[in-house]
Amino acid sequence: MYRYDEFDTTFVRQRVDQFRDQVNRRVSGELTEEQFRPLRLMNGLYLQLHAYMLRVAVPYGTLNAAQMRKLAFIADKYDKGYGHFTTRQNIQYNWPKLPDVPDILDHLADVEMHAIQTSGNCIRNVTADQWSGAAADEVEDPRPYAELMRQWSSLHPEFSFLPRKFKIAVTGAQADRAAIAYHDIGLRLKKNGSDEIGFEVLVGGGMGRTPMIAARIRDWLPKQELLAYLEAIMRVYNLHGRRDNKYKARIKILVHELGAEEFTSQVEEEYTRIDAPRVMPPAQELERIAAYFAPPAFDDLQDDSPKFMQHEEEDAAFAQWVERNVAAHKQRGYAIVNVSLKPVGGVPGDASSDQMRAVADLAEQLSLDEIRVTHEQNLVLPHVRKQDLYRLWQELKKHELADANIGLATDIIACPGLDYCALATARSIPISQDISNRLGDIARQREIGDLKIKISGCINACGHHHAGHIGILGLEKRGQEYYQITLGGSGDERASVGEIIGPGFSSETVTDAVETIVDTYVGLRQNGETFIEAYRRVGPDPFKEAVYAAH
Amino acid sequence: MPLIKNGQIADDTWQVLEDDAPLPEQGDVIVALERFLAEIDQIRTRSGRTGIAIENTVDPQEVTAHLDDLDLIALDFPAFTDGRAYSQARQLRTKQGYTGELRATGNVLADQAGFLLQVGFDAFEVAADQSLDVWNKAANSMALAYQRGYGGTQKTRDKLQAARPLANTSNCALAVEQSLPI
Repeated sequence: MYRYDEFDTTFVRQRVDQFRDQVNRRVSGELTEEQFRPLRLMNGLYLQLHAYMLRVAVPYGTLNAAQMRKLAFIADKYDKGYGHFTTRQNIQYNWPKLPDVPDILDHLADVEMHAIQTSGNCIRNVTADQWSGAAADEVEDPRPYAELMRQWSSLHPEFSFLPRKFKIAVTGAQADRAAIAYHDIGLRLKKNGSDEIGFEVLVGGGMGRTPMIAARIRDWLPKQELLAYLEAIMRVYNLHGRRDNKYKARIKILVHELGAEEFTSQVEEEYTRIDAPRVMPPAQELERIAAYFAPPAFDDLQDDSPKFMQHEEEDAAFAQWVERNVAAHKQRGYAIVNVSLKPVGGVPGDASSDQMRAVADLAEQLSLDEIRVTHEQNLVLPHVRKQDLYRLWQELKKHELADANIGLATDIIACPGLDYCALATARSIPISQDISNRLGDIARQREIGDLKIKISGCINACGHHHAGHIGILGLEKRGQEYYQITLGGSGDERASVGEIIGPGFSSETVTDAVETIVDTYVGLRQNGETFIEAYRRVGPDPFKEAVYAAH
Repeated sequence: MPLIKNGQIADDTWQVLEDDAPLPEQGDVIVALERFLAEIDQIRTRSGRTGIAIENTVDPQEVTAHLDDLDLIALDFPAFTDGRAYSQARQLRTKQGYTGELRATGNVLADQAGFLLQVGFDAFEVAADQSLDVWNKAANSMALAYQRGYGGTQKTRDKLQAARPLANTSNCALAVEQSLPI
């Protein structure tokens, strides 16, 4: 993992002092709320329905045990004993008090964390494949570049007042677990014809009211040119992105209105004007960062652990958990463990301070002190010896963290919705809980198989409903919440936008509709095809017929 | 509107010329870009200095050929959240090599002082309610910057590294106090 040097430490501390001064000026009345608003948003502080909300950056979703314990401490001291992990791999606290926020930031700085640019019209926390550095299918670990971008984007003098927020995601694998095609910029490390590794560059993806899949503007960019090329993209966007209408201000609209070809040529032209060596980090700086992400001290193990295999044979519940929650590791004898934050009927992404401390302890004992946050609102212990899996599973069970439902129907993404959010038009969490309870029987979930249900409480789509195999969008009409259903969305390497199937449903009937869709799929699937495979084969009609005939 | 240069309130010798006002022979005047381009021949015969105000939708390349005729370029912030002029300033200072006064006008907020200096502005028309103290505090609140190749007083890591080796501060929360003289 990356560790701060004196430069990073000083930078973050000075940013805290700067923000403390801004908070003091707001509290004293020297700053109006209008003036304070963009300043607090630059530091992740929102004013929500009931209170301020502080969003803390988890850069590219990577944490160590000390950091997770600090998050638990903050949850206890400044919040109500829990935190909410988000679809951008961050954590949100829903109940901090404004004068406490600078102190919270100081506590975060103690463990090399911050809330810089977790909101505002700037470059947001860079997200990455949660299995980076562990995944068996990775070309190269993308985290050194994510860290490079974290640094480069922090208080960027030119790109801190963009037309709209800006999100970058990066992966080093063929399988896309970071939803890069749904980001303003998506980056994928890949090899060119000469076996050199560089970046495929996608621009203009996004959710919101105008969902779009990103266009590829460079098939292969030499790795060392990354920051200079990003500068070109950002400058074209900063100068030409629309500012007349905030709903049309994201870069996806600029790419769409210009056309991908014209946009690309503007970026390439700007790129020729940039004095790249002046902007790019020196080679030794890239090496300095990369050294922190060298593989940890893995034990030299046999691939198979007889102990593990015996437990898998003897304990069916353990075997089911392994099947759903454990993934292949690049290191022999190790495995990646996904820790579900989706108990049946629970709030997606919420973790109590006790759970955070338990995960911290287990990371220290069994995962080489590493934890990841996923954009699907779960946690990952990335480096677990197979021989330790059974023990880990037993420990996780004690803290209600062993649900064997990764990728199943109850592994639902949901935004905070009207229970917290000032922008929401409908509740998300209760709908998620209702569906989770309805489909929660583990045998039934396993029978249904891979299924991504994603719920947003407004058109801004923080719950990624466009990318849901089943997407649910909560809206409001004449004081009544209602829910639109989309089918066929996907956020992976075959990214697609879900299509609306017809009129919406009330909060009382939407779960029935989801169940009908699921049952329809189970009835029509062939040869073990998954929900999304079946949908791609048959299209929306059988589902529409079933849903609207029944209701 | 007070004018700030080099961290101090400065006399403003420049007069913004209305489009229909006659072009004076003497004195420092700021004209709109269109007028500047239309009357470039007369402007060149003036004894006073000339500057232009350009809107934030204009591509700075439009004035590339005239940079030698210009002593001031004023870039506009219609709202402090509208950041286009940062990129215009950056383009003028880097690729185009403009070295005259670059003035920020419009809705300029003290808290943006650091960024404005970094992209190359060196004069600022600020609202009367923005005190010089707040401005200077904001301008100097960050001693460090991650971005290479920008201006301002902030030190980048490689510059700091060249001056002296940086300590690894893992598990050392007191590093700020130890590193104040940067």
